[in-house]
Amino acid sequence: MKFPILSLTTYIPLIGALYLLFMKEHEGMVRRLSLAVSLAALALSVLMLGHFDPKSAGFQFVENLEWAPSLGISYKMGVDGISVLFIVLTTVLTVLCVLVSWTQVKKYVREFHVALLVIESAMLGVFSALDLVLFYVFWEVMLIPMFLMIGIWGGPNRVYAAVKFFLYTLAGSVLMLIGIIVLYVHGGKTFDVAALLQVKFAAPVQFWVFLAFFVAFAVKVPMWPVHTWLPDAHTEAPTAGSVILAGILIKMGAYGFLRFSLPMFPDATVTFAPYILALSLVAIIYGALVTLVQTDLKKLIAYSSVSHMGFVTLGIFALNRQGIEGGIMQMVNHGIITGALFLLIGIIYERTHSREISAYGGIARSVPRYASFFVLFVLASLGLPGLNGFVGEFLVLLGAFQRDRIVGVLAMTGIILAAVYLLWMTQRVLFQEMTHPENEKLADIDTREFITLLPLAVLVVFLGVYPNPALSVMHASVDQMMAKMEAHKAAAITWAQAWPF
Amino acid sequence: MTRSVVLFRDLLIPILPLAAFLVNGLFGRWTREKAHWVSVPAVVLSFLLSLFVLKDVLSGVNTYASLYRWITVGAFDVSVGVMIDPLTAVMLIVVTSVSSLVHIYSIGYMHGDKGYARFFAYLSLFTFSMLMLVLSNNLLELFVFWEAVGLCSYLLIGHWYDRRSAADAATKAFVVNRVGDFGFGLGLLLIFVTLGTLDYQAVFLGAKAATNQTVDLLAPFGGKLDVGLVTLIALLLFAGAMGKSAQLPLHVWLPDAMEGPTPVSALIHAATMVTAGVYMVARMHPVFELSPSAMATVAVVGGGTAIFAATIGLVQNDIKRVVAYSTVSQLGYMFLACGIGAYGIAIFHLMTHAFFKGLLFLGAGSVIHALSGEQDIRKMGGLRNKIPATYLTFLIGSLSLAGVPLFAGFFSKDEILTRAFFAGDLGRVLWGVALLGALLTAFYAFRLVYLVFHGETRLLPDAAHHVHESPPVMTVPLWILAVLAVFSGWVGIPLIAGGDKIGHFLEPVFKGVAHVAHADIRLEFWLIAVSVIVALLGIAVADMFYRTRPAMPDKVASAWPRFYSLLLNKWWFDEIFDWAIVRPTRRISEAFLWKVADVRIIDAFVNGVGSVTQQAAASWRRIQTGLTQDYAMTVVLGLLAIVAVWLAAW
Amino acid sequence: MTIPLSWVLALSAVVFGIGVIGLLTRRNILILLMSLELILNAANINLVAFSNHLHSMRGNVIVVFTIAVAAAEAAVGLAILLALFRNRRTVNLDEVREMKG
Repeated sequence: MKFPILSLTTYIPLIGALYLLFMKEHEGMVRRLSLAVSLAALALSVLMLGHFDPKSAGFQFVENLEWAPSLGISYKMGVDGISVLFIVLTTVLTVLCVLVSWTQVKKYVREFHVALLVIESAMLGVFSALDLVLFYVFWEVMLIPMFLMIGIWGGPNRVYAAVKFFLYTLAGSVLMLIGIIVLYVHGGKTFDVAALLQVKFAAPVQFWVFLAFFVAFAVKVPMWPVHTWLPDAHTEAPTAGSVILAGILIKMGAYGFLRFSLPMFPDATVTFAPYILALSLVAIIYGALVTLVQTDLKKLIAYSSVSHMGFVTLGIFALNRQGIEGGIMQMVNHGIITGALFLLIGIIYERTHSREISAYGGIARSVPRYASFFVLFVLASLGLPGLNGFVGEFLVLLGAFQRDRIVGVLAMTGIILAAVYLLWMTQRVLFQEMTHPENEKLADIDTREFITLLPLAVLVVFLGVYPNPALSVMHASVDQMMAKMEAHKAAAITWAQAWPF
Repeated sequence: MTRSVVLFRDLLIPILPLAAFLVNGLFGRWTREKAHWVSVPAVVLSFLLSLFVLKDVLSGVNTYASLYRWITVGAFDVSVGVMIDPLTAVMLIVVTSVSSLVHIYSIGYMHGDKGYARFFAYLSLFTFSMLMLVLSNNLLELFVFWEAVGLCSYLLIGHWYDRRSAADAATKAFVVNRVGDFGFGLGLLLIFVTLGTLDYQAVFLGAKAATNQTVDLLAPFGGKLDVGLVTLIALLLFAGAMGKSAQLPLHVWLPDAMEGPTPVSALIHAATMVTAGVYMVARMHPVFELSPSAMATVAVVGGGTAIFAATIGLVQNDIKRVVAYSTVSQLGYMFLACGIGAYGIAIFHLMTHAFFKGLLFLGAGSVIHALSGEQDIRKMGGLRNKIPATYLTFLIGSLSLAGVPLFAGFFSKDEILTRAFFAGDLGRVLWGVALLGALLTAFYAFRLVYLVFHGETRLLPDAAHHVHESPPVMTVPLWILAVLAVFSGWVGIPLIAGGDKIGHFLEPVFKGVAHVAHADIRLEFWLIAVSVIVALLGIAVADMFYRTRPAMPDKVASAWPRFYSLLLNKWWFDEIFDWAIVRPTRRISEAFLWKVADVRIIDAFVNGVGSVTQQAAASWRRIQTGLTQDYAMTVVLGLLAIVAVWLAAW
Repeated sequence: MTIPLSWVLALSAVVFGIGVIGLLTRRNILILLMSLELILNAANINLVAFSNHLHSMRGNVIVVFTIAVAAAEAAVGLAILLALFRNRRTVNLDEVREMKG
């Protein structure tokens, strides 16, 4: 058997978490250990990316062990060009989360890092599981530490936000569980994703299971109108929680679309794509308009995520190469950029304890290095060409425009609005007169914070100037998916076909 | 020299300013007040290299190279590359020369500024972006650097970011440009989707083949409105040009952009960036040529903006804003030229304008510098003797702007007027408009000269003491630009055989354009005479208003108070946009989408699910009395019920 | 002459009924414990009666167990009662509703 690099990457954080849980180290040691563990996971994932063969469309680094053979459940892990980037994104962002929490988290330090590392394990598991039961386990495991993270280390309204987050997501995943069981019954008594991908499901199965999965994924993305947990959760979560939520957790929904919905239910995908495109457009424009009037920094970035994730679903359901690859790229980029923006807000919040835009103004003068990073990430977020945000957005727009011109035109308005809300926010935070004299003495970012932000800044520039390495990783897998959908000659399902009785 | 060495030399032109940006941007804390030692040599070197490029292009050597593949997804494959032809060569010279002079000038102007290194970093970044913009060999790359120059403009307008007005102006500039780029971006998408490429040459060929295709704009709504595909593409691209080059109605950002330091206004908002729109239209002329209606639109927008901005320029009191409106107006002339197919003339005017308008801005900067920051021309006057170098160079710039013969502006503007006169009925109308614009131009140019430099001083007493001529590091660039503002026009002398050197030079680029039949030389001569008379008339009126009879302006203003206030308030454009777009959007977003749709509908539903569950539980929990006897009673009742059922069944 | 089985069973049923009614209606824990004892003893009567009727000792053996368990239960019950009385000064169930929802 080959070296189980995927399992190792996935479980290293979990092992670290268990160690921290039972060996009661002191706080400084906890932080250092947590950093070491997340760095180890990062190193492994980078190693994996280095050995990843971009020319192969299938799953790589596959591990397959029997788990409960009588029920068709196996322990199967593997990555392809769609998921491998998210593994690396997860490990990168977790390291930064540990770093940014160094001084921000003051109570229950040990428990915080345990939660963080468990979340990391679960997220890595979600992106590498190739068995539906295993996938579901990881999907749900992640929920609990996240719930605790918001509920314990969050802001003033944390309990409401945590419960809302939990219930929204749980409601979605229960439907997904039903869908998984239906797939098991109709797909030859197996939970193996690779095997299920070969099955041609009957029209009613596709129709209803697609809907069940759709609810679960749409809540996670989050798509309009099930997005309202996101502003609360992002706003109340501690910095690391916001980064994880915005950076990776909400990508899992879109990842689910790509991994399950599109290839397993091509007919249902074609049936529902127009409606999903419409919802995505609503998310883009509505999200942007609501972002425009936010007064809370974190809430503003949270709502902007709704708009940006609208581009992701728009690209995916444009159902063409540019759209899908653009959607994946947009996910990676949004993870980097929004993660960075939440890090930045966390850094300034630690100093002033205010998230209100009106509490700032003119702080570029007292914190010039902070301001430079802030402007860089804001520009990336509004899709300035040459920085990474543009690549995904443009490809998505290209895909959407190819599919339906009016959709492309409407989505484009989101780009104008993004410039308006982000620059207006930047102006009120960094520029203008200094309205609060106490901000005169704000400390600029220190070395640790600089090191936290630098990798993301480098990625923002690199992926903007030279995105082809990232794109080439996903070509083969996306091509295979497209080829399969084309060969299948997906046709829309009528209501009469879908009615199961 | 081998090809790769030539390519390397060409690439150094943009790379040097980029390197300067990186050094000053990353290590600004160490370069500080020595930042210009990095940026200035880099840009000057770029200029010298551009001269070599010009020499090569003059001898007929063009360059076309792809550097690396940028985005590749399926059929969509865009590379980063460079292309050098006569048009690029002219732009390279204009950009690097003005940029070098502005860099040098800034050493004096920005001396002691706390953002000195940052300023030079951005200035170099702008130079890099602008050079790459003109060097691009495909539309997406053009778009990338199109946005990049917009970014630099944003950063430099907001250089003094702690001033509210500067921060506002920067945001406004970026957003208004984004509105234009909305069109540009859609144009790119439409080009790729219909023609399958974004490479210049392939697009030109594809557009030619697609001349007869139409697009039904109202199809999604069930209606029918067929528009020529090429027309649509051209108009969408032109929307981007309108944003960048501040054409009606997207001109609103440019006057506000004067909040930036004056060298920025000279370089970005007069000489180079704002002319990117003109460059783009000229570059894409094979597409525009295919659509007469798009051409007419370009011409009308250009002509309209030319006169419209000139009217506002008549009454403004901020020295930089007058020059800014003049820029908007002159850009209108360039688009007018493009719209009638005179691309070579448009580029010629772009060049002369870069020099004389750069000169005027730098001169204005010198005046402001001399007066320690005063910009209101009502508080100036009589500066002629105190700052003679500035006065003389400013005068030369104004003469060039006004179109006085032998000055550069005369040759280029006059050529536009002449060509317009011969360009059909629409052209003749636009000729009239442009002629009126020329009258206004001469008037406001000399209004400035008289109010600032002539007459009695209106300075505040304590300001008057400090008036001082600028240091040589500022005046030398002024003199160089003054020389260029005179002689740069001499490469395009009309009527004389072989006089139109620049037109000849650009000929290979615009060879596809239909030539106007050579007009009657005598008629052309008379046209020139008319425009000279008009220019002199404008100067004479300004002379009367502001020198010989200073009471006149007030009299005129009070005779037409409504009109005067309309002009003074810039035709209320900002207010209309604010009232029609900005406020309603914010109102709807805040009052409806957020506080009603999100909070009162979606969240209310979500919370409703929670509270319904809670209320149900609250009523059901009453049966949990906590009294064992009650539970026992339930057991007994249940037992009795079972027995009763059993008995009944039995 | 022997007492008919049915009579004994009737007695047992009556004692059981009194016990149940007492258990359901009274609020004094002491009386509840006594009612509980009645219920248990009703069962004991049944066991003894059937043991006699079937000429088997099994029922009598179980009764001995039941009495032992009942004694233990009474001891624990009274101990809880005493502890409750010491803490709350009451043996009234209405005043002791810790498990109310």
